[in-house]
Amino acid sequence: MRALIIDDSRGMRSILRRMLQQLGFNTEEAANGREGLDRLQQNGAPELVLVDWNLPVMNGLEFIRAARADRAYDAVPLLMVTTETELSQITLAIESGANEYMMKPFTQEILRDKLELLGLPVGGMVHV
Amino acid sequence: MPSDHATSFDFVRTLVRKHSGIVLGAEKDYLIQARLQTLSRKEGFDSINQLLDQTQALLDQLDEAPQNGLRQKVVEAMTTNETSFFRDRHPFDCLRNVVLPDLLASRAAERSLHIWSAACSTGQEPFSIALLLREHFPELHDWQVQIIASDLSSECLDRARLGRFTQMEVSRGLPTPILAKFFSRQGLDWVIQDDVRQMIDFRRLNLLDPDLALPQMDVVFLRNVLIYFDKETCQQILGSIRRVLRSDGFLFLGGAETTLFLDDAFERVPLSQAGCYRLKHCYTDRSN
Repeated sequence: MRALIIDDSRGMRSILRRMLQQLGFNTEEAANGREGLDRLQQNGAPELVLVDWNLPVMNGLEFIRAARADRAYDAVPLLMVTTETELSQITLAIESGANEYMMKPFTQEILRDKLELLGLPVGGMVHV
Repeated sequence: MPSDHATSFDFVRTLVRKHSGIVLGAEKDYLIQARLQTLSRKEGFDSINQLLDQTQALLDQLDEAPQNGLRQKVVEAMTTNETSFFRDRHPFDCLRNVVLPDLLASRAAERSLHIWSAACSTGQEPFSIALLLREHFPELHDWQVQIIASDLSSECLDRARLGRFTQMEVSRGLPTPILAKFFSRQGLDWVIQDDVRQMIDFRRLNLLDPDLALPQMDVVFLRNVLIYFDKETCQQILGSIRRVLRSDGFLFLGGAETTLFLDDAFERVPLSQAGCYRLKHCYTDRSN
């Protein structure tokens, strides 16, 4: 399974990459929404996209709206991963097309729960 | 009175077994230590570095004043367990797709449902049940639906009654659309809507009580409870469940639990990973 991580923080991409690999995913990365769309066009739809909200060039919400507007990506599971924790923002992300929302900080168990909520088979070990 | 740490742990084991029926084997010494440490701090006994001395002090005081509430606090500290919303998912899929459609049909005349979440800890399980009913079964709005949630721990029940959860807690297992629809933000916490909270009747109950004052139940959640008891106690608890479960009701156990070799009145509903059981005669009775 393939997951696309879109985050401008190299450290956060590294954390997510490690966790996803332990859960059985191969990963690819982008540093903003525009790069994320480019990856989708280059490599096709992955099984999962994780996208931060606050990004340069094109933010996460704009990315989600652009992806959902393209029939090639309208069914890709989108998980927003962000420090934004207000109810109004969560609602906006879901209404814009995010399937799930993961607030930072998070643990590997929380990521695993989110993937299960998205109906994705998760393998590997959970470290507690 | 305990005289060294090993004896202290034995003392706790005996105390917990006597008042809750829970068996803490030697492999649970880490748990005894960790939880007594937290309790010692909370009760103002010395410092973290003097953990075992604090434990001793706690138990000494307990011996001298068994009625001062510390005994119950020690027992409760050993019996509170991890929980999360929609934990393990499969039982809730089964509740939604199999159990509730079955009961909607079989209880159509009486229009009432009684669900018991036994050992509910801080409330995530009964709230998951209530949220599932609210989200997926609007036709139940004019039924008499009673969700009873019980636990041995007064402290857990006090928390559960608030319907207030941390960000970490709502991040575990709760679908975000459900969070957005039924919770509001208060400070750093998330609080469930009053009308959902009021669907649940929280009660302190000891599962070993031979006379559980409960109505007849259509569904019982007894998940991740039996794993803490010895065989004899499991049989006693399953006997109590049999007495409160309606003849065509449903029992949910945890993924690592079974009625096999404990109580042959039950049989597993053949649904993968749901941990769902019924009384054996129910199929025969209903086909007659």
